Amino acid sequence: MVVWKKLITPVDATDKTPYQRSFYVEGGNFTYAGIVSTSIKSILKQMGLPADVVRKAAIVSYESEINIVSYAKKGVIKLTVDSQTIQIEAIDEGPGIPNIDLAMQEGYSTADQKIREMGFGAGMGLCNIKNYSDTFNISSEIGKGAFLKMIIDRH
Amino acid sequence: MKLREVKEILDAEVIIGEDKLDLEVKTAFGADLMSDVLAFAKAGSLLLTGLTNDQVIRTADILDIAAIIMVRGKRPASEAIVLAKGLKIPILTTKYILFETAGRLYAKGIVGCLEKVDNASGRN
Amino acid sequence: MNIETIIKELNLKLRSATGDLKKNISGGYTGDLLSDVMANSHEGDIWITRQVHQNIVAVASLKDHAGIILINSCEPAKDTLERAAQENIPIMVSDLSAFELSGKVYDLLAKKD
Repeated sequence: MVVWKKLITPVDATDKTPYQRSFYVEGGNFTYAGIVSTSIKSILKQMGLPADVVRKAAIVSYESEINIVSYAKKGVIKLTVDSQTIQIEAIDEGPGIPNIDLAMQEGYSTADQKIREMGFGAGMGLCNIKNYSDTFNISSEIGKGAFLKMIIDRH
Repeated sequence: MKLREVKEILDAEVIIGEDKLDLEVKTAFGADLMSDVLAFAKAGSLLLTGLTNDQVIRTADILDIAAIIMVRGKRPASEAIVLAKGLKIPILTTKYILFETAGRLYAKGIVGCLEKVDNASGRN
Repeated sequence: MNIETIIKELNLKLRSATGDLKKNISGGYTGDLLSDVMANSHEGDIWITRQVHQNIVAVASLKDHAGIILINSCEPAKDTLERAAQENIPIMVSDLSAFELSGKVYDLLAKKD
C-alpha cells in the first residue's frame, strides 16, 4: 500500500491527462475480494475528491469486484479519473450474463450457497451499481464475459 | 454516545479498537446482507451483523463504518482480525442476538439510518 | 402482545392475513440468513428480515414463528404471498430499517410482557 501512495498525483480541474490504473481480479478467490476497491477508495480519497463521490465510486467498484470474484474466471477493474468524472470499468472473462434484464431485477440471483454466506448473492449488487452510478452501461457475451462501465460525476 | 457506552450496554468484548472507545456514534444499521449495508448504511454508523468474514470488514471500510458489532457471540477468524487491524476498524462482539442488540441500543437513543441514494430510490 | 397490536402500534401494512393474528408473540428475531434463522430463532418469535422470496415462509412455518415483518418497504414476492396463505403465516411490511423496527418491537415486547 505504501508503494502506490507515493505514486498518486492529484487530478484537479486543470489537469489535462486523466489518471489511469488497472487492477487484476482473480475469480473464485474470496480471500482478496475487496482489496481492489479498498485501494481505489484510498486513491480517490488522496486526490481530495468529495466524500460522497468517493463513497459512490467505492460502492460500485466493490460490488463489481464481488461480481467478478463470484461469477468469472478473472477480470480487470480499470479506474480512470479525469477533471469531470470517475470512470470504473469492470471487464471479466467468464460465462457472461444470459439475460441482462433479468439480472438487473432486484432479488434475482444465480449465486451459490458460498456466495450467499458471504452476505452477497441476494440479487442486489447490480441494482446498487446502477443506483450509485451517474451513468451505467452493461453488456455481455455468452461464454466470453461481462463488461460494466460506471461513470460518477465529480461534482 | 461513546463506543465505550455501546460496549457496556451490550456487555460486549472489544476484539479490536480498545484505543477507539471514545469514538462518538449516533446511528446504527443492522443487516446480514452486505449489499443492503452498501445500499443504505451511513458513514459513521455502527454495523450490527451476524456475519464475521472478510467481506464484512471490507464493506465497513468502503462505507467508513465507525465500528462493527458482531452479534450472537460471533468472533471473526484470524485473517479477518488482521484485515480489520490494518484498516483500523473497531470490532466488538456481544452475546445478544441482533434483535436484542438493536433493542438495547435503540432504547438508549441510538437511531437507525437509511442513506438515500440521490439519483434513484435505491429500492425498486 | 399479538400481531394485531403490533400492526396497530407500529403502523405496519398487512400483506398476508391468514394465520392467527391474535397469537401471542413471545420474542423477536432479526436476520437475513435463512440458515441462521433456522438454527437460532424460536417458536413464537416475530421474524424481522429484508428477504422477500418464498423460502422465508418455509422457515417461518418450520420454526412456528408468529409472523414475518419485512423491513425498509420491501414487498413480498408473489409466490411468497401464495405460500404464506397456504402455510398460515402472517406477513407485514414496515417502512423502517431493521435496526429501528427491531428497537420498536423490542420496546413493545418489554412493555407488554
